[in-house]
Order: sequence, then structure tokens, then C-alpha cells
Amino acid sequence: MTIIPTGSRSMSEVWTTRSGPEPVEQAEPEQPELAPEIVFEVRNLAVKYGSAVAVRDITLDIASNEITAVIGPSGCGKSTFIRCLNRMNDLVPGARVEGLVRYHGEDLYDPKVDPAQVRRRIGMVFQRPNPFPKSIYDNVAYGPRINKMRRNMDETVERALSQAALWDEVKDKLKRSALALSGGQQQRLCIARALAVQPDVLLMDEPCSALDPIATARIEDLMEELKRDYTIVIVTHNMQQAARVSDRTAFLTTEVDDSGRRSGRLVEFDRTATIFTHPSDPRTEGYITGRFG
Amino acid sequence: MTASMLTSSDRSRQLRSGLATGFMILSFLIMLVPLVLIVGYVLQRGAGIISWDFLTRDLPIIDRSADGGIGPAIVGTLLIVGVATLMAVPLGVLGGIYLNEYGGNRRTAVVVRFLADVMTGVPSVVMGLFIYTIWVLRFHNQSAFAGSLALGCLMLPVVIRTTEEVLRLVPAEQRDASYALGGRKATTIGRIVVPAAVPGVLSGALLAIARAAGETAPLLFAIGFTTRTNTNLFHGSNVALPFLIFRNATSPFTAAQDLAWGAALTLIVIVFVFTLLARLVAARFDRRSRA
Repeated sequence: MTIIPTGSRSMSEVWTTRSGPEPVEQAEPEQPELAPEIVFEVRNLAVKYGSAVAVRDITLDIASNEITAVIGPSGCGKSTFIRCLNRMNDLVPGARVEGLVRYHGEDLYDPKVDPAQVRRRIGMVFQRPNPFPKSIYDNVAYGPRINKMRRNMDETVERALSQAALWDEVKDKLKRSALALSGGQQQRLCIARALAVQPDVLLMDEPCSALDPIATARIEDLMEELKRDYTIVIVTHNMQQAARVSDRTAFLTTEVDDSGRRSGRLVEFDRTATIFTHPSDPRTEGYITGRFG
Repeated sequence: MTASMLTSSDRSRQLRSGLATGFMILSFLIMLVPLVLIVGYVLQRGAGIISWDFLTRDLPIIDRSADGGIGPAIVGTLLIVGVATLMAVPLGVLGGIYLNEYGGNRRTAVVVRFLADVMTGVPSVVMGLFIYTIWVLRFHNQSAFAGSLALGCLMLPVVIRTTEEVLRLVPAEQRDASYALGGRKATTIGRIVVPAAVPGVLSGALLAIARAAGETAPLLFAIGFTTRTNTNLFHGSNVALPFLIFRNATSPFTAAQDLAWGAALTLIVIVFVFTLLARLVAARFDRRSRA
């Protein structure tokens, strides 16, 4: 079963069809090896809270069906950055986003763009598992319901839970409360919930930081599976995790300007293997070898 | 050697801990005294007079007579408090949702929040006088509805503020989760925030209802007095339990005083039953979300 990347449809259609037909599933032949399609083009992105600059000078491209890791020390604006990619920062009072974010060529911050549609296409998994205080089934069904994708709900729920490698553990207790699950299960439920609305991209904001190593390993395996159908951007504190799972890595760091104000900025963005073996910036090398940060 | 490392040799700490624990238990016992005395005394004085006849018959026309019941006052209380609840609770809940979800620190919200706080502190008799002036005098008519208006004004600020407080406790992560799935603000509030707050909103509303059910002063001018059951909401005087208790307790006749004790017990039971019902409903909501 393949889920057609939204890039195969014209973007105007993507944004305007609120309750339009779900993507038709068809067996597509294996795509020939091409240069990866670009999902996000980020140019000179900066986020400001009032006069404070949280993060700036971010320019990078995020490729389709890859895992892009964002690493860096605490407070360097990693989370702030990925929250720009689905306009979650709109919800933070006083936050201003400057620069350009193009999603499949379309300006994400164009006034005509509907943030709710953006977030429906670009799903998000948060640092702490945050299931709703509802049943497992209702958690997964919530997204499809509010997006008027009510057809074959049972199937949708089963598919999402299977994709998140949780189906076998919960299939007999779908009506039970999601809060009764373990932390690792809750996080996979949150992934299933995000997948249920058939997004194109999955943003993961330190998804394993509240989990034990076994649950973390399961999520990492899962990401490897999901890569076939989704584009994934993951923020992580854990450099080994970035090295294990990602195809490309962005390293952000905190800099103090002349007036003593701290802000995050992008130091280096490259293939993960390159970042971890031949980083071109000494700050990157210092961070990954543990000499700083 | 090792034993001395693990046993606490700090006698003063143990003493303070013991004192604090003892003080808490003592406070709890003292707190129980008025509660038990009130309920016990009302039971002792009121239980004897309660009977089906007592609960259903009209009030005695002559205060001296033991012949009669408190039926009209029970009907009046349920009617007046019920209508007040129907007016104040929906309005107050919507107000609380506005304040927490939309108002923030906007000027309207700040003013509404301030006024609600001031309104909470207004003595209930002032509320009664207010309704007397703008409603009873204008329409030359004391009625159950005028009483409901007065009680509604009393309940409104309590419901607004408790709703706001309870909504504030809903974790931001839950809102984020809904927004991240493409949820709009109204969807998120309607499907995630408010359902999570239902138990708290219910107990807030219940607190307001219980308080209103026991209020005498606002009804003093608003509803008048009658000895017969009056189910007409908008026309004619009515009678409620607290006011009946107030009136009869100050009467010199034993029969009237006994009636007041019976009415007091009835009022306590009514409030108790409503509290229990609200708790059950809240527990159901809780179980549905957590079990």
C-alpha cells in the first residue's frame, strides 16, 4: 500500500480541497533513482519574540522521503525552527516569522494559506506523549473526524495504528483509555494519530526524550519504515539518534551577539555521514565530539 | 557506624513532624464539629415533623396552627432555582470560555473579569434590591421569575470565574495536539478543551446552585409570600424554603418554628441530593475519559 506524496498533485488543489476526495491509491512502479524532490525550501528564516531573536539565518532544503535531523545544544532554537514548518508558531503570542518557507514551491506564510490545512498536511509529534483523554480509537479517529474524512473510519484507524506498529498491542482494547498505555505506546499512538489524517510530512520534536531505550529503538525502527511514505524532520538532543536514523543533519548552535543577546543559528547542513565524519565547521566538530554544548 | 548513618538522630525534626501532623488532625476534628452539630441538630429537630403530608400540603394559613406543610415552598424553591440555573449556567459557561479562550488580556476581557470579581463580592441583599428596583417596581409584580433573576445575578460571576479557572487547567499539549492535526480554534475548544473541563465546570455550577438555593435576602423583595402553590413563573407571589425558614424561625409560635426546622432539613436534603447527582455526572465524564 502506497500513499501518494502530495507533491504529485498541484498545490492549489492541495490547499483548497478541504474535504476533497482522498488520494487515490494505486500501485505505482518503483520510482527511478532521481535527485530527491524538495519538500521544504527554507531561506533566511528567523523567528523573533518581541525584540528577542530566537533563531535566524536558517537556509536549507528538506528532501522528500528522507529523514532530516536537527541537532544542537539546548536553547538553540531547534524546536522553534521545526514549528515554523507547520506554522505552530502562529499559536505563540508575540512570535514573528521572517524569511521564506516554501512547501512544494508554495509560500507557507502567504496570507491566503490556511494554517489548519498546513497542519493537516504536515503532521507533528511532540516531545511528551500527549494523547487526548479519550479512547485509543477516538484518539486516532479525531483527526479524520475533524477533517471530514469520515469514510471507512475503522479501516483508517487500523491502518494508522498498523503503520505506527501499535495495532497488535491494542487491537483488543480500542475502546480503552489511551492514558492507560505505557509512555512508549502513547508516543506511537500519537504517531498513529498524526498518520491518520494522511499527512505528507511528519515533524517530530524530540519524540523519544521521554522514553526508555527500548521504546526509543521501536520508534527509530518505525521511522525507518515510515520514510518510504513520508518525509520526516526530527529534532533530537541525542546525537547517536541523529547518526542512526537520519539521512541529512542540520546543526544549530547558540551565538551571543555584541549586545549580549543569545540567538540560535544554522551552522552546517549536510549529509549525516559527512556531518559526523568530516564536518566542515569546527563548531560542528566540537559539538559532535563532545567538546562543547 | 552504618546504623548511625541511616537512623535519623535529629530529634527536633521528628518533634516538628509530629507536631505538624497532630495539628492537622486537630484542625480536621475541629472542622468537623460545626458540620456535625448543624446537621445533627437540624436532623433532631426536623426529622420528627417530616412526612408525606408535610412535604406536599399547603402552608398553614394561621401561624399558630400545626396543620399544614411546606409543599408550596419546595415547588417554589425548585422553580426559582431551576430557572435561575437555566439562565446563569449557560451564560456563565460561555462567558468563562470567552475569558479564557478568546479574551486573554484584551480590554473587554479584563473589564469583564474585574466586574465578575466585584459582582462576587456584592452582598446578596443588594442583588435583591437591584431586581426589586428594575423589575418588580416596573412591572408592579412580585414573581418567581424576579427571584430567579436575583439568584441568577448571584450565580453568574461564580460560574464565569470557575469555568475560566477550570479551562486554564487544560494542558496546552492537548490544544497543540488538536491544532497539529488541522483542528481549528472552535473545533479544538468544542472537542478537546471543554470536554476535558466538564467535571470542573459541573462542580463550579453546582457550588453556585447550592449557594443560590440557600439564599434568603435576594428573595425578600422579589417573590413576596404565599401559602398556596404557585407554578406560574411570571405572575403572582411565590414562596421558597430559605425565606420560609427565616419568616417562621422568628415567629413566637412553636408550630411555626417546628415547620421551619422541617423546612431546613428539607433544604439540606435537596442540596445534598443535587450535589450527589452532580458528582455522579462528573464521575461519569471522568471515567469515560480515563478508565
